[in-house]
Amino acid sequence: MEAGTPDLIKLEDLEVGSGLTGRKHVLSLLVENKPGVLARIAGLFARRGFNIDTLTVGPTDDPEISRITLTLDGAVHPIDQVTKQLHKLVNVIKIRDMEPDQTVSREMALFRVQATVESRGEIVQFADIFRAKIVDVSRRSLTIEVTGSNEKIDAFERMIRPHGLIEMARTGEVAITRSRPDS
Amino acid sequence: MFYTRLPMRAADALCEALKAEGVEHVFGIPGGANLPTYDALYDAELIHIQARHEQGAGHAAEGYAKASGRVGVAFATSGPGATNLVTAIADAMMDSVPTVFITGQVRTDLIGTDGFQEADVTGITMPVVKHSFLVTDPRQIPTYIHQAFHIASTGRPGPVLVDVPQDLSRADIEYEPAAGAPHLPGYKPPSEGNIKQIRLAAKALANARRPVIYGGGGIVNANASQEFRDFCLSDRLPVTLTVMGLGAFPAPHEQWLGMLGMHGTRTANYAMDNADLIVAVGARFDDRITRKLAEFAPRAKFVHIDIDPAEISKNVPAHIPIVGDAGDVLPKLTSEYGRLNADPARLEEWWKQIGAWQEEYPLGYEDSEDSEIKPQRMIEALYKVTEGDAIITSDVGQHQMWCAQYYNFSSPRRWINSGGLGTMGFGLPAAIGAKVAKPDDTVVCLAGDGSLIMVCQEFATAAVHDIPVKVFLMNNGYMGMVRQWQELFWDGRYKSVEMGDSPDWVKLAEAFGWTGMRCTDKNEVEDAMQTALQTDGPVLLDVQVTKTENCFPMIPAGAAARDMVG
Repeated sequence: MEAGTPDLIKLEDLEVGSGLTGRKHVLSLLVENKPGVLARIAGLFARRGFNIDTLTVGPTDDPEISRITLTLDGAVHPIDQVTKQLHKLVNVIKIRDMEPDQTVSREMALFRVQATVESRGEIVQFADIFRAKIVDVSRRSLTIEVTGSNEKIDAFERMIRPHGLIEMARTGEVAITRSRPDS
Repeated sequence: MFYTRLPMRAADALCEALKAEGVEHVFGIPGGANLPTYDALYDAELIHIQARHEQGAGHAAEGYAKASGRVGVAFATSGPGATNLVTAIADAMMDSVPTVFITGQVRTDLIGTDGFQEADVTGITMPVVKHSFLVTDPRQIPTYIHQAFHIASTGRPGPVLVDVPQDLSRADIEYEPAAGAPHLPGYKPPSEGNIKQIRLAAKALANARRPVIYGGGGIVNANASQEFRDFCLSDRLPVTLTVMGLGAFPAPHEQWLGMLGMHGTRTANYAMDNADLIVAVGARFDDRITRKLAEFAPRAKFVHIDIDPAEISKNVPAHIPIVGDAGDVLPKLTSEYGRLNADPARLEEWWKQIGAWQEEYPLGYEDSEDSEIKPQRMIEALYKVTEGDAIITSDVGQHQMWCAQYYNFSSPRRWINSGGLGTMGFGLPAAIGAKVAKPDDTVVCLAGDGSLIMVCQEFATAAVHDIPVKVFLMNNGYMGMVRQWQELFWDGRYKSVEMGDSPDWVKLAEAFGWTGMRCTDKNEVEDAMQTALQTDGPVLLDVQVTKTENCFPMIPAGAAARDMVG
């Protein structure tokens, strides 16, 4: 190769993105089941100013490993930086940024709703439409269990709220990769 | 002595594990909760340096690590002993210093009861450690020690804390020397850089007309200074370093632009400002470098080489990221770049511009007309009498910046300072640690009077252990950098920055069993330093300098590099 004529790239062709994806991300973490792991993750998010939308923790098939599923907003946080910081935690074994179309995700929620004699029928109908279950009944209220995507739960909440929402508890999403059609 | 599956007290196993890791020296202070460890130290063939405050023990461990590249170790007891360590731990985190901190904890049955001298030190230190372990079973003690050393010293180095409850360290266990790499499923530090990315970087560099190589402390940590030099000298590439990287490139040198950043040279900062390609090696685009981020190096594309992937694109987005150890990446980059036969003539315009800046804006100061000692002159004297080859530790403030500007460090691990955390009082204990690690080298602590008073109890450590460090105190009677800011940016409303006439440093040094000396005449500085270096044992030289000299040039807060003042 002659001096001055190497196969160069042009500097002006080098580009770099903002790091923001603009969508919701579901991160699935496999972590060592050891004391303090959750505190390390929560502390990392707090001190780096990352805001978690939901976070769930639970066991996996391996008793030494737990799964943490967390969702955050890729329009606000550079997800790449979040995952790289998480990777630095020694107890974090694996991180998967779940692809929305290859992921099954579910959330469960419990709603306690005011239910008068007049409104009870309509609430039960809503519950049927959403394939929700009535899990507790009293003279003035109903407790309803709903499972589904968090959009479905948001929708159910909108339907039920006008009746008088007494209390709500949501689990946050858990997610798992879809199997390929041929497997 | 060598034990295999021998029943022994866990505290003894702790010492065996330290020895198996090659530890010879530890720094620390005993207390209730780590009594078993100190009882084990009674028999262990480890040299223990008894500091006078746990912060001192921690900084000494850092100085030891920075001077030698080996892991520094410090012990503290539970509660206040452990909390006193926190500043040193945070300091080691910010500057990526390989250190292991071993704290005593209250008995397991007392944990969570607010027991006497109980503090949740793993909780307190969580944001400032690379990793930490709370021992819950005595058999974990040697395992965790080995894991701690592995984590502290590999990848991007950093502090690891092991918290050992008192009762567990007294228990008997079977100790087996560790074999092979520890089992850490979530810890896989990268080493080799991606060759495609390296080729891309070489091509970009070969096409750059205004390149700058910007190196940091990562080069020193990777022991890759030679590889860095080889890379920079493989062409006429302009080189600048951060305050943490000084020594990685031999200053002075025709390709050396000086330090960059807040108190860097105008040439280095203007070069960054005008560069078309910046190759960052083991540096993290700290705010002291970038200053106003939105206007930092606006014309440049960035190649970023770092062993910590999270540093890449954290502050400044990298066009060509390369994750890997500088010692692995740089030789490959040098050879890939060499194969391209880049035309050196393309850099001629750039060097002409750099030469013009160097001529117009050399580092300089106005010397006094009388015998007053200008602080910059003190650094020049220090350079002269140590022939540019001492290990210099420093505190934090003006003296640190003047030293970084005027002492031309030519090799790595000779400049030991607190860069990231900016810990006043770092210098003296770090010098003690450095001298323990490198007993044959001259170790000078260039101290500031505002800083030194914060750790002056460590004079006793050096005296009692006969560690002959030399403290050259740049005494201006002020917390000088804060005073400078009050003068320049707060309308001269000086508040709580004067140190007054206390202490009499010579008397204080003498009270601790040191030799105390004083110098007030610029014509006597070199002789006084020479005498101090030739005097046996620890020596303090109180050099009284200009009281209100400002450290220039500087990039003011919120300004860009091109707006340097002074």
